Amino acid sequence: MSTVTDAVRGAGPRPAGGIGQSIRDSLVVAKRNLIRMTRIPEMILFGLVQPVMFVILFTYVFGGSMKIGDTASADVYKNFLMAGIFAQTVTFATAGAGAGIADDMHKGLIDRFRSLPMARGAVLTGRTIADLVQTALTLLVLAIVALIVGWRVHEGFAKALAAFGLLLLLGYAFTWVGALIGLSVRTPEAATSGGLIWLFPVTFISNAFVDSTQMTPWLRHVADWNPFSATVQACRELFGNPGVSTSSAWPMQHPVWASVIYSVVIIVLFRTLAVRKYRSATA
Amino acid sequence: MPGAIYAEGLVKTFGDVRALDGVDLDVPEGTVLGLLGPNGAGKTTAVRCLTTLLTPDSGKAVVAGIDVLKHPNEVRRSIGLSGQFAAVDEYLTGRENLQMVGQLYQMRAKEAKARAAELLDRFNLLDAADRPSKTYSGGMRRRLDLAAALVVSPPVMFMDEPTTGLDPRNRQQLWEVIQELVAGGTTLLLTTQYLEEADHLAHDICVIDHGRVIARGTSDQLKARTGGERVEVVVHEREHIPTASEVLRGFGKGEVAVAEHTRKLTVPVTGGAKLLAEVIRELDARGIEIDDIGLRRPTLDDVFISLTGHAAELTDEGGAEGAEGTDAQTRTKSRHGKEAGK
Repeated sequence: MSTVTDAVRGAGPRPAGGIGQSIRDSLVVAKRNLIRMTRIPEMILFGLVQPVMFVILFTYVFGGSMKIGDTASADVYKNFLMAGIFAQTVTFATAGAGAGIADDMHKGLIDRFRSLPMARGAVLTGRTIADLVQTALTLLVLAIVALIVGWRVHEGFAKALAAFGLLLLLGYAFTWVGALIGLSVRTPEAATSGGLIWLFPVTFISNAFVDSTQMTPWLRHVADWNPFSATVQACRELFGNPGVSTSSAWPMQHPVWASVIYSVVIIVLFRTLAVRKYRSATA
Repeated sequence: MPGAIYAEGLVKTFGDVRALDGVDLDVPEGTVLGLLGPNGAGKTTAVRCLTTLLTPDSGKAVVAGIDVLKHPNEVRRSIGLSGQFAAVDEYLTGRENLQMVGQLYQMRAKEAKARAAELLDRFNLLDAADRPSKTYSGGMRRRLDLAAALVVSPPVMFMDEPTTGLDPRNRQQLWEVIQELVAGGTTLLLTTQYLEEADHLAHDICVIDHGRVIARGTSDQLKARTGGERVEVVVHEREHIPTASEVLRGFGKGEVAVAEHTRKLTVPVTGGAKLLAEVIRELDARGIEIDDIGLRRPTLDDVFISLTGHAAELTDEGGAEGAEGTDAQTRTKSRHGKEAGK
């Protein structure tokens, strides 16, 4: 046993500080969160059931009666819908991140981390990276289900991949909102509901499930400028799916750029706020 | 020269509540300070300020020779934190928890792995090392928690109520581990509600209440403040209490405290065992049957009650009121203590 101790002491700690430490610490925390996910498989399962259910319900219940452009056909609606469902699914990662961080606070793990000489943002970054991995898995399963029910892409594999990239970026941005919510509430339960409530208006006042050109004008403006709509519009373009909005609003005309800009702004803003909150967090 | 843990005039307010109201501490290297007080006294706030988790409103704190307010990250390299609020991840195994903590103390993955194995062995957790810590018993979790605080063998340790909720056997085990640590030169600040624990482990004791240090000294010094030994009698019949009380008044050096429902009478005395024999003879002569009699040195419980006016364990308001209503002895003592303390 003493030889082990000597080996440990002799090697000394890694050099501290800098971007290298931030990345290492974030990955250590990400690994911890991914291990947790494998130990709570029901969480992953429930995370999958909900969007799959949405795909099936929207396709078969709403499908025939929704008018996209000038056509009301179940087949057109199905292909229109998927980008919206994908985008909604990635934003729901918000609630998971928030609940996870609130739970860590509640259990005293955040205090443990804050007493360690680790990079400041690493606890939150690690959590958001782990959520990103989970979101990617969920998207993969969902895409397979979508293909099974008849969704198709028409612009090639590379553009489809780019669309999934935009979706993951949006999901990653929203986990930072979730992180801030998780740090701001007192219980994991509050973080779950607080993380979900605001997502309903954000995802429904958009082009995700209905053709926004058929909304009343003021609502259509909100939908056109909704960051969430930009990603949905970009995905429809990149997938070659029907229902691409012809609105003259800038984000609808340049959806890929708008999607990237919105997501990056959300990340920078909410990461700054969340890390600041983390530093003064108390259980 | 200031000690390994040093604080001067620490103040921390939460809204209207002054959780810390000018706390001074000085813990010499290699010693144990017991921070004693009821819930809400400010113990945990003090520990959180000293371990960089909270920034005090004013005051000065130096840990392991490093200014806590100016260089928090350097302080974090030199401290270990364990207890009620620094937890382990219940879904990770014991080994995964320790490896993660090691890596976050900036050890290389390989070193962290070796150190984790070493600690699991030392804390007798090898059999459970690869089970999620959720499946551990209370005692095992505390040991894992303590192991996590010791990953880098920090020179200064903080333990916040390390044995709260543990059964006596596990508490004993944890005490032994703590004593080993201190024998190895670690400086330790320990908060506790258990006076026995402070008595057992700490070189010096600080009693804290309402954010202020209300007494400090060694266990013996604090006990001496409460006065000397007492005779304690438990009579068999409730009707005998007045007579027994009269007898004790004759031998005692102060007021006789009576706890009606436990039939227990206590009186301060001088004269030791010889006096005790006389008391027994006198009670016997009066035909009073006794269940128990003894010469009692003051415990830290007595000290605590006399200093704060309430018992240490009775922390919430309802509890304290209930105790005052049923236990006349507590009330008598606390009134005495307050006067003696001032």
